[in-house]
Amino acid sequence: MKFFFSSGHGACPGCSLPIAVKNVLYALEGKCFVVNPTGCLEIISSQYDRSAWGVPYIHSVFENAAAVAAGIDAALKALGRKDEGHVVVFAGDGATADIGIGCLSGMFDRNHDVLYICLDNEAYQNTGNQQSGLTPPGSNTTTTPAGKILPGKIGRKKDMVAFALAHKIPYVATASVAYPNDIRRKVKRAVEFEGAKYIQILCPCVTGWGINSNETIKVARLAVETALYPIVEYENGELVRVRKIKERKPVEEYLKIQRRFRHLFKHPKGREIIEELQRIADENAKRFGLDE
Amino acid sequence: MKITLGAVSKPYSALKMKTGDWGTHWPKVDEELCTGCGTCEMFCPDMCIEVVKVGEEEVNGKIKEIKKAKVNYDYCKGCGLCAEVCPANAIKMELKDIYKV
Repeated sequence: MKFFFSSGHGACPGCSLPIAVKNVLYALEGKCFVVNPTGCLEIISSQYDRSAWGVPYIHSVFENAAAVAAGIDAALKALGRKDEGHVVVFAGDGATADIGIGCLSGMFDRNHDVLYICLDNEAYQNTGNQQSGLTPPGSNTTTTPAGKILPGKIGRKKDMVAFALAHKIPYVATASVAYPNDIRRKVKRAVEFEGAKYIQILCPCVTGWGINSNETIKVARLAVETALYPIVEYENGELVRVRKIKERKPVEEYLKIQRRFRHLFKHPKGREIIEELQRIADENAKRFGLDE
Repeated sequence: MKITLGAVSKPYSALKMKTGDWGTHWPKVDEELCTGCGTCEMFCPDMCIEVVKVGEEEVNGKIKEIKKAKVNYDYCKGCGLCAEVCPANAIKMELKDIYKV
């Protein structure tokens, strides 16, 4: 069992969560204690009597994954067992940006030695695509349905990287499942730091985003290539590395292959949202210097 | 008396759920094209592709391992990601025999 995460889990065909998880566990060589709040990953990997995990695993409730991880870290310190492994949290975007944000802020504030990984699939996909704080504007979800008046979600995607940076934690990064080597390198780099670490990994969802099962990697790559999802890396609050884009693609290319955005191309307000998304992409490219 | 609190699941006990019958397609690896780079192995969401050593060859006096991708059809859900990411286009998705009419 090379990846410390076994076959036979219940993820949809083509789900990108196991790709992110197996690369993180592979980079840590299985030396970790995993905390996992409620979400898709919990449902697929720890159904009753069937665990896909090969590492110590604890399921917490939605809001307190960061607090449970902080407790494990404190216990390991008190028992003198810090060398046994890193404390890793795999949380969804809802558990990170909406429900668990209070505990997460507390954990960052106390600067516990925890690697917090946010698997960002941009909605509550476990319960069937409800909008979360990390849902991008214009996305059609069951709680922000595209109708005659509203073109999907109004508002912007919450900037969790800025939130993490505001706590002055030593390591903050984003990654995408399209680049597993990058995920492994970032995880290895992150655990070199003492203190709270935050990595946000883009994980496209087959059913929620409305894509084919073999397109998850393609979509994850397009999100990066359109600059809607900038891949950045901060060490001690300073931007040290970004993934440069050779030829930046227009956001339409990313939007048109997903069912959750298809209304934008016929809705009267759709054009506005597409232009706003393009503006966000341009802003990202300018802010991080993504264009080569 | 030993009391266990809560439910206990053994590591890797998910292996008893054979997910191989979920999909309609199966990946077939063309051994001639496969370079054994391991890209599919890092991407497979079901951990059912493994790059294994199939033999050895001698290149410029050095012994080099020949590696090929092997699919575990017991668990493959047929998503087609391996065929999509393969840099050598060595993996093709084929319809399973039972779905052929």
